[in-house]
Parts: sequence; structure tokens; C-alpha cells
Amino acid sequence: MAIVTRSKERITWMRAREWIEGYLFAGPFLVGFFAFVAFPMLFSIWLMFQKWDLLGEPTFVGLRNIERALTDELALKSLYNSAFYTILAVPFQLVISFTLALALTQAIKFRSIYRAGFYLPIIIPVVATAVVWQRVFHPDFGILNEVLGIFGVPPQKWLLEPHLAKPAFIFMSFWMIGRQMVIFIAGLGNIPVQLMEAAQIDGAGKLRSLFNITIPLMTPLIFYNMVIAIINSFQTFVPSLIMTDGGPQNETAFVVLNIYRNGFQFFNMGYASALAWELFIIVVGFTIVQFYVSNRWVYYES
Amino acid sequence: MTTLDHTAIHQQAIARRSRQETIRRTWLIILQIIMTFVLITFLGPTLWMVSSSLKARTEIFAIPMVWIPENPQWGNYTQAMTMLPFAKFAINTFAICILTVIGTIISCSMVAYAFSRLKWPGRDLFFSLLLGTMMLPEIVTLIPMFIEFRTLGWTKPGTVFGVLPLNFLPLVVPYWLALAPLYVFLMRQFFKSIPIELEEAALIDGANRLQILFRIILPLSKPVIATVAVFSFLQSYNDFLQPLIYLNGQDNWTLALGLRAMNDVQQTGQWELLFAASTVVLIPVLLIFIFAQRYFVQGIATTGFGGR
Repeated sequence: MAIVTRSKERITWMRAREWIEGYLFAGPFLVGFFAFVAFPMLFSIWLMFQKWDLLGEPTFVGLRNIERALTDELALKSLYNSAFYTILAVPFQLVISFTLALALTQAIKFRSIYRAGFYLPIIIPVVATAVVWQRVFHPDFGILNEVLGIFGVPPQKWLLEPHLAKPAFIFMSFWMIGRQMVIFIAGLGNIPVQLMEAAQIDGAGKLRSLFNITIPLMTPLIFYNMVIAIINSFQTFVPSLIMTDGGPQNETAFVVLNIYRNGFQFFNMGYASALAWELFIIVVGFTIVQFYVSNRWVYYES
Repeated sequence: MTTLDHTAIHQQAIARRSRQETIRRTWLIILQIIMTFVLITFLGPTLWMVSSSLKARTEIFAIPMVWIPENPQWGNYTQAMTMLPFAKFAINTFAICILTVIGTIISCSMVAYAFSRLKWPGRDLFFSLLLGTMMLPEIVTLIPMFIEFRTLGWTKPGTVFGVLPLNFLPLVVPYWLALAPLYVFLMRQFFKSIPIELEEAALIDGANRLQILFRIILPLSKPVIATVAVFSFLQSYNDFLQPLIYLNGQDNWTLALGLRAMNDVQQTGQWELLFAASTVVLIPVLLIFIFAQRYFVQGIATTGFGGR
């Protein structure tokens, strides 16, 4: 009897000790989560209802910040800009990255060199990318007009013309598809060989097996890349901050640039928080809708 | 008759197969050529940057374009690096990156250990919160966190331990608190694949959990540590928004901020210097990319995240 109780005590003690160890080891995250995730989120909800320039005392303004975020011309324009950019850039990016991934799973030589080369643009620090691309688009001395000139296209004022600025940013985003491509390559490698062979024996051509086997099997990854790309595209702003500062005529004033300016240049902390929540709700909403619609086109192996 | 038929069919089949083989080969050659053009297109801006960084002023603005500088102007680099204190920016950048990487590895491995090996109440709840944090856009917490760090006094000039600028703390401290859910997740997955018997033996021998983590688990986890180190270094090196908000005063600037300042000044002027500075900023990531490509291709393929 005595031995049994003692071993029971020992087990309880060991379990209690593991609990303590669990909290201690997870401690950094628990502290970090409350200090830098949970608290800031609650704090920014409070901020939304205040007017505060960080110098004086915050004053309660009710729904004024939210109203302004929903009606202000520049706020709406920036939402439109980000949505325009996202809706046009993402589908092209997916087509380009998928096509490159397909090409790199064919029996061509130097595949790892191509892969590294396509991947390179996204590891370049974003500031360097912006500095270089600002000059790529330069009307007189830029490489883009030079190359287009070879094909007889007259020089364009890419970043200076209101109707060309957003297309220029979309065009630039086609270079940033390395991550999507690597994910697609990994996925294509996982398609069972037997499936392709069976299709071939049944007399299906390359194109038919692409549309009837490869693409359906890749829909989960296409969906995944699409969700991530949309979330990221809605948040781009560093290139526009450096290359155009939102111009010309606010055509490249994206949402995050507007938030950054209101927060850190005009010190409207309350209004900036309202704008940030607006963006957050839109992005989350977009994501939820995509998951909802995904049942119709994404193929999940049961 | 039948044998004859067979031979004829057989020969037909061979002919068809060799025709298909020729089509396949031609197609592969065409594809190879197309891909080479695409590769040149992808590398174009970068190659143009490097080539222009060595051009003379007259060549930069020459029409038609000079593709390869006649006389490489290596002096552009020294001139660019001394225009602003880039050596100081490099020291700052590497200090921030190294502190970030060390903090990330230590804290994330501890947290990953707690999530993969220890049983404690609330574990599953906190793990789902961790995964939720992964999806949280940076922008939502940007403003409240700035106010928080400002209240802590970390946005003021000054130093900690006499050397480290206070301004570095907002960039580094979150990583010492494992606020890098992706890396925790990666490490947890890896730790789960390590046989538990090793630990049990060590526990019986009287080792404590910290000893187990640092003497048994981590030495077996070199691949995942390398992946996390590469990702977190690049992320910290490439970051622009956080340094922009927190680093006050040119003495505290990183390379990214220095390059941006130079860009603002040189809007119309000395492009060759700007390209030289951009090339210098690119070199560290390029070296990492060349030597550690394996780790991040693996990392991205398995997690779908990483890089920027």
C-alpha cells in the first residue's frame, strides 16, 4: 500500500513538474503573445475611438475615425488602388509561376540554374529592388523603354503618367513569383507517375492530361498560393513609398502607404488604427470568401 | 502471313516511336531556348544594375544604351560607400540581424520544445493562437506596438549596456519572445520526428529539460536550425518598414535606410553611385542564397512561407 501511494505521489509530482516546465519553455511566446499581439490588438480597438497625436492627451471622438475611414476620398482611393493592383497582379503571377514550374519539371538541362535565376528577384532587399526598378521605368534612360524600343514600341512615361503607374507596379510584380514557383515545383513532383502513364496509355495527349490531371491535382496549391498572394498584395507599399511616393495623382497610394502616412507622418494614431482595422477586415473577409468558394473548384483527395 | 503482318506492324511501331522521339527532342530544344530568354528577362534588372554600377557618368545617360561599360569604374564603389557612412550602416544591420537570429533560434526552439514534447494545460489553445498569429497582417499591430515601444522609452536616443542603441530593441526583442510563429512551427515539426527514447534515457540519467534541449535535441536539429537561421537573417536584413519607423538618427540606420536616403538625394543625379550602393546591399543576400540555397528551397517547399 505504502509503495503504491508513494508512486502515485511521484506521478502527480512529475506531472506538476512537467506543467511548470511547459509554461517555462513556452514562456517567451506566452509573454510575447500577450505583450505584442493580444494587447496591441485590443489597444488599437481603443485607439480607433480616440484622437491622439502622441503629444497631448488622447480625446474620445466616438465613431468619427471610422466614419472618416469609410468616406474619406483618399482612403477610398487607396482601397481602390490596392484592390485594382491585387485583382490584376495575382492571376498573372499565378499563371507565370505555374507555367515556369511546369517548364522546369520537363527534361530540360540546367534546371537548377533556371530555378535559382527565377527565384533571385525575391531575395533582393525590397529597397534595392525599388531603387533599380524606379530606373528600369525611367522614360529616357530606363532599360524597359530601351527593350520595348527594339520591338518598335515608343517610349512611355511609366511612373509619371497616372494611367500607366499602376500597370507598371503590376508588371514589376511579375518578377516576384519565385516562392509560388518553388511551391508549384514541389507539388508537381508529387503527382503520381502512374496516373500520367495511365492517361498516356488511354491516348490522352499532353495538353489533355495537363487540363484533366495536372491542373485539378494542383488546385489545392493554386488555391494556397492565391490566398497568400492576395494577402501580400493588399499590403504592398514599400515600392510605392520609394518609387512614386504614392503619385502621380495618388494613383499608387496603396492602403498601407495611407496608413503609414497618417500614423507616422501626420500622427493621427486613432485614424490610422481605424484604417488598419478596415484593411484587416477586408483581407480576412476576402480570405473567408475564398475558402467558401474553394469547395467548388479545389480538388481535395478524400 | 501472320509473321509478315507482325513484322510490318512492328516496323510501323518503331517508325512511329522514333518520330515521336524526334518531336519530343525538338520540343525540348525549343523549350530550352525559350527558358533561356525568360531567364535573361528575370535577371535583366539585376544585371543592368551591376553593369551600370561600373559605368562612367557619360555612359549611364548615353543614348543608345551602353550595355557593358568600356572602362569599369571601380571607383564608383568607394565613392558610393563614403557618400553616406555605409560602413556604419553595415555594422548596424549585421548587429540587428545577428541579435535577431540568435534570439529567434533560442526562443523558438524552447517554445517548439514545449509544444512538441511537454504536456501542459492550455497547450493546444496556445498552439492554435500561434498559428493564428502567422496569418495576422503586420499592419494591424504596427501602430499600437509603436506606441507601446514609445512608452517603454525605446524610441528615444540612448543605449543599453553602453553599446546597443535603444532603437534596436523594438526590432530585436519580439524575436527573443518567439514572435516568429513560422519558425516555431517548423522546429516543432522537426522535433516531433526525433525519437523520444533518447530523451527518456537522458531523463533517467538525471538530465534536466534544458540540458535535453541544448545537448540532445538541438545537435540533432541542425538542418532545421540552418533553415530558420537563413530565413530569419534574410527577413531581418531585408526589412524596411520596422527600421524606418524605429531607427531615429543616421547613426542608427541600416543599409536599407541608407540606400533609401541616397535614392531621395540622387533622384536625377549620380545613378552609377546608387547602383553601386544597391549592388553592395545585394551582396550579402546573394552569398547566402548561393551557399544556403538548399535550406530555403526545402523550407519553402515544406512550409510555403519564408523569404520575405
